[in-house]
Amino acid sequence: MSDLSSDRLLADVPRRARGFRLRPLLIVFVPLAGILFQVYMPRFFHYLGYIEVPLLTVVYFSLMQRQPVVGVLVGAVVGLAQDSLSQQPLGIFGIVKTLVGYFAASVSMRFDVDNPVIQFVLSFFFFVFHEFFKWVLIRALLGQHLDFLIQQTLLFGLVNAVVAVPLFLILDKIKE
Amino acid sequence: MEALLNRYRNLTVLLVVVMAQLVLLAYQVKTNQDVRLIRVWAVTAVTPLARVLEFARQNTVGIAEDYFVLVKVRERNRELTDENGRLKLENQFLKSQLQTAERARLLSAFQERTPSKTLPARIIGNVTGSNARVVFIDRGSTDGVMRGVAVVTPEGIVGKVLASYPTAAQVQLITDGTFAAGVISQKNRVHGTVKGTGQSKCIVDYVQNEEKVEPGEMFFTSGDDRVFPKGMAVGTATVVKQGKSFKEIYLIPAAFQQGLEEVLVVLEGVHQAIPDRNAVAAAGVKILPPPPAEPGQTRTPSAGTAPAAGVAISGDLRSGLSTPADRLKERYKRVGELQNHTFGEGLPGSKPPDFTINPDDPKFKAQPGAAAPPTSAGQPAAAATSQATPGITTSAVKPQPTPGAAGPSPAKPTTSPAAVPPAARPANLPAQSGAVRSATGTSAGPVAKPPLAGAGTPTRDTAGVKPSTPGTPPGGTAGVKPPVSGTGSVAAAKPATSQPTPATVKPSSTSTARPGLSTTTSPAKPPAEPAAKPSATPGAAKPKPPAATPEPDRAAPTGIRNRAAAPAPESAPPKARKPAPGDSEGLPFP
Repeated sequence: MSDLSSDRLLADVPRRARGFRLRPLLIVFVPLAGILFQVYMPRFFHYLGYIEVPLLTVVYFSLMQRQPVVGVLVGAVVGLAQDSLSQQPLGIFGIVKTLVGYFAASVSMRFDVDNPVIQFVLSFFFFVFHEFFKWVLIRALLGQHLDFLIQQTLLFGLVNAVVAVPLFLILDKIKE
Repeated sequence: MEALLNRYRNLTVLLVVVMAQLVLLAYQVKTNQDVRLIRVWAVTAVTPLARVLEFARQNTVGIAEDYFVLVKVRERNRELTDENGRLKLENQFLKSQLQTAERARLLSAFQERTPSKTLPARIIGNVTGSNARVVFIDRGSTDGVMRGVAVVTPEGIVGKVLASYPTAAQVQLITDGTFAAGVISQKNRVHGTVKGTGQSKCIVDYVQNEEKVEPGEMFFTSGDDRVFPKGMAVGTATVVKQGKSFKEIYLIPAAFQQGLEEVLVVLEGVHQAIPDRNAVAAAGVKILPPPPAEPGQTRTPSAGTAPAAGVAISGDLRSGLSTPADRLKERYKRVGELQNHTFGEGLPGSKPPDFTINPDDPKFKAQPGAAAPPTSAGQPAAAATSQATPGITTSAVKPQPTPGAAGPSPAKPTTSPAAVPPAARPANLPAQSGAVRSATGTSAGPVAKPPLAGAGTPTRDTAGVKPSTPGTPPGGTAGVKPPVSGTGSVAAAKPATSQPTPATVKPSSTSTARPGLSTTTSPAKPPAEPAAKPSATPGAAKPKPPAATPEPDRAAPTGIRNRAAAPAPESAPPKARKPAPGDSEGLPFP
């Protein structure tokens, strides 16, 4: 993922074989740290609550593993943990992040996810997808009539995408 | 099948996981129950880390934050200290201003109350000399301050002017060693001379050992020195001892208790009576109004008499209907009005009105004829009397012929208090003392004599005129205080010199009605109305009653205790009178 000199956006062959194994401890603690970040940091910096670090970790692990099953499981676990710390019923974040993990892992087999531009675009896309699908589930399954704020979602998507690129770099360093 | 699953393994896993979460979600929504176990796991996994993180933050970032906060706190503390000092100074200044305003208010109130002509002044400095108790005030000869005039405060005398200059004057305080003034004790009226000692206390000299003076007794100026008007407070005796030839009495000056900054220079002193001890004791005491009237009983709203200085008498305490006897009288009066009966007119043996009817019955209230009962000739005059004597609180107005209105001068209208000749007022008794007297017992009438047995024939009027002679012949004098035997039924007030003509009121009695002492007035009646009514002459037995006769206000009947609409003492200062022996406020019969 640190191959910044690569100018290819599309991989010529499927990259399933290029996936690598993350250390299990990292798989546990990084999502946990992301959840902790979302729980703890807004106490001191309110605007940090808009950064969806758990989502970014799911995207990261899904992209890096390049295995949809792993993406599904990571997304489901992180989403359920996020649900557990919220006031809404369990499953909303779980389903959404499950889908995100699946699609991120699927996309990683087609794109060169080591490219920061791809990371930026994918992070932006998955954030918008996450917010939109969450809104759909809340309206459809819970019957809550929330407004989908497009401009705000796009703006926060940009912010999260901007945060995602350095975050992925840091995680690459940790992985190594 | 196996190949199919292998081919779509990822999608299958996705569907399974999503379906499982959907089922979980549906279960929660359906049963409205939470899956507590998952939440416990998540919270248990997250909160210890959060606690560690918080601990680390407090011990790292928190310390740094505290450091910067403390740096700011030190600066903030200095700012707050400065601001606190500034606010303290400002608060002290405002308190001082408040005290000055309060002293000025008291001084102004005293200046309005006292009959003497006074001039406010401020002490601006002391004279040189350690033992001298002499101060400068900011008023001098250009303001009319002359040498020898008294200087007082509301609390008591301060001293006298030693020398007057154009812009200032020297005032010798009563604590000065060379000061002397005549004093008199309040309780036993013991005369003496107060002298300064150069200290904070004074002594009262020339009081014989045989005289009785008690510690705590107040001393007032006696007026013997021709400097201080009589009746001003000097101080309280603290030590009273037997001396060689005279008593040794030490006095604490009353004027110096609250400090001394503003004073009053007495330009023209007027002697006053020594205040009554009870009045002094009641000063500043607020008396609550009486309890509310019981259902079905009305309490007549009425203006009060002039209260004593500093005594706040409020509400119905000043009303005449505070006792059952008053209410009974009011009821009888209304019964008489409903039946067009004039109390005091009927001869002995005549048919009395029916007292069994209920005047509160609506059918009686609707009777318009009840509004104008026929009255005797004396009643308008009596009503006029009651209206023309504001400030009088007792109904027992003793007729005292005055030089200008002596005898049966029927055409003379009722006299307003202002028209009372000054000769009728004791020269040495100012108006204030009358006010004090009227409110402190001489005429305070809520406690009235109840109707006595035998005297309770309800044919007596309530005009509230009391003859001075107890032997008034029976025959109808309105409002005569009934003798205990109670056989008389007189219809009109009679002056001592008048003939016992029934149903006649000598208007001369009204002109000498003791102002400052009582009387019955109706608040609804303008003061000029009674004066326009012709008073009855002795010869005119019965004037035309109906049209011109003002209806006695039910709410404020012309009774002894009804002090309604008595003008405020400010508008018509009550004048002092000599207390008459029979001048008690007996409750009249209805």
